[in-house]
Amino acid sequence: MSAATAPTAGYANRPVAGIEEEIYAQLVARFKDRLAWARVVRPRVVAIAIDRAHLIEVCTYLKEALAFEHLSCITAIDWKDHFESVYHVSNWHNGCIVQVTARIPYDDPRIASVVPLWHAADYHEREAWDLMGIVYDGHPKLERILLPKDFQFHPLRKDFAQEVDRQYISRRKLKGGK
Amino acid sequence: MPEFWVNMGPQHPMTHGLWNMRVKVDGETITDAEPEIGYLHRGYEKIMEVREFEKNVVLTDRLCYVSSITWSHVYCLAVGRMMGVEVPERGQWLRVVSLELQRVASHLMWLASYGPDLGLLTGLLWALRERELFLDLIQLMSGMRMNQNYPRIGGVRNDVPENFDAMCRRSIEHFLGKLKGYEKLFHESKIFLMRTQGVGKISAANAIDWGVTGPNLRACGLNVDLRRLDPYETYEEVDFEPQVWRGADGGDSYARFVCRFNELRESCGIILQAFEKMPKTGAYRTKAPRRAEGEGFARTEDSRGEALFYVVGDGDDRPYRVKIRSPVFSTMAATPILLRGNKLADVVAILGSVDVCVGEMDK
Repeated sequence: MSAATAPTAGYANRPVAGIEEEIYAQLVARFKDRLAWARVVRPRVVAIAIDRAHLIEVCTYLKEALAFEHLSCITAIDWKDHFESVYHVSNWHNGCIVQVTARIPYDDPRIASVVPLWHAADYHEREAWDLMGIVYDGHPKLERILLPKDFQFHPLRKDFAQEVDRQYISRRKLKGGK
Repeated sequence: MPEFWVNMGPQHPMTHGLWNMRVKVDGETITDAEPEIGYLHRGYEKIMEVREFEKNVVLTDRLCYVSSITWSHVYCLAVGRMMGVEVPERGQWLRVVSLELQRVASHLMWLASYGPDLGLLTGLLWALRERELFLDLIQLMSGMRMNQNYPRIGGVRNDVPENFDAMCRRSIEHFLGKLKGYEKLFHESKIFLMRTQGVGKISAANAIDWGVTGPNLRACGLNVDLRRLDPYETYEEVDFEPQVWRGADGGDSYARFVCRFNELRESCGIILQAFEKMPKTGAYRTKAPRRAEGEGFARTEDSRGEALFYVVGDGDDRPYRVKIRSPVFSTMAATPILLRGNKLADVVAILGSVDVCVGEMDK
């Protein structure tokens, strides 16, 4: 468990112009060959993609060196041939947000937990495990959070089918018709 | 006496919904706590995957039943960014007006529930009485009191009726007059102060680390407001003061109360400014494409903190994956810190000040 970094007293609460280019340049300079791709999406938003092996390294750099103190959100996506774990990490100083996409192979859905960096990851990783079945290694308590404890499936996976067409039974059908 | 666990919920007046707060007590003092959530899980992220982009607006309204517009708005913003849709200027201003009306209504609902939590039943009656004014305005705007279904991808559903600005001005003027009475009722009540000041403290460092956002974060003295820091719609052009706790010793229930309460006045100011600055005529909506590919996300300052929608499209007319980041879900992870060391009788006073909405928390 990391000690929470002391917040810098007084945020300006104003976006810094051109911050996305700066953050982008720093990330590319530092992790050149380890980034699958990186781009500036729009003002104050940078998106990068990495392999799961480099997650902790990238996140530590974001938090310690670039002062991204706030972990906003963790999303797990099922792409049928692989998984993705998407981290939205945000900076309260300049309003910048970095989207880190980590690729996870389908047959081994495991990735390192970022709870030692941000405690905010605790519930989001539990939710991602609960609904998508991705194991976050090193999580202090990886249990079901939204679904009942004895639930057997991970419903947000694409192979967990849901009824797509009609979601009601017509009266005619109830009477035995088609 | 040995320590033991007490279940506060799932059926407890404090919960304002359906969830369970397990607290471990040593006599009267709380030594540990553990929220149990998920009773209201409806599988939003799954059921949104089989509905068209436009139809999902109806669903997102139901995420939080006291703050519907803010939730359908952040969904429309995220999908609009994915599709590359530009909202016309009048549409953006109408969104700002509806968001702020909704924020006032939501905060008044919180005030109405926080009063009785502390035995102040007058708070309930007064806040609900004034909430009617704003629900009437929202009804004039969208046709509904709850679950308005008002924002659209690329704008809003309809224009406001004639003289809507005059009606808003009249209601807000009346409301601002009433707020003085509220201040007397809460700020000058010795019992209220005794039950909130110094209770349920969280440090600024912990609040950032655990992902606490919104008024709860600003109560720790941190000046973070996404309407300022990451402006969306036309908030850049509005002049307002984010409500931050300025005192020396923040982060307690009272600081959270003060930040939320003062936001009522700021939101009213934003509405009045919006009517001065918005173009009187013009388009309020552009046509959005039916299919989309790519990804988009939007984060806004919801009534309870940072709301984030992350939408992925695969070229179909429905989203491939939707992720909802609820501010209450993240704040809930930090509640054990708020509770530890306090007395069992203060659980209600602490959790009431956090402003829990179970609908968005459990999704």
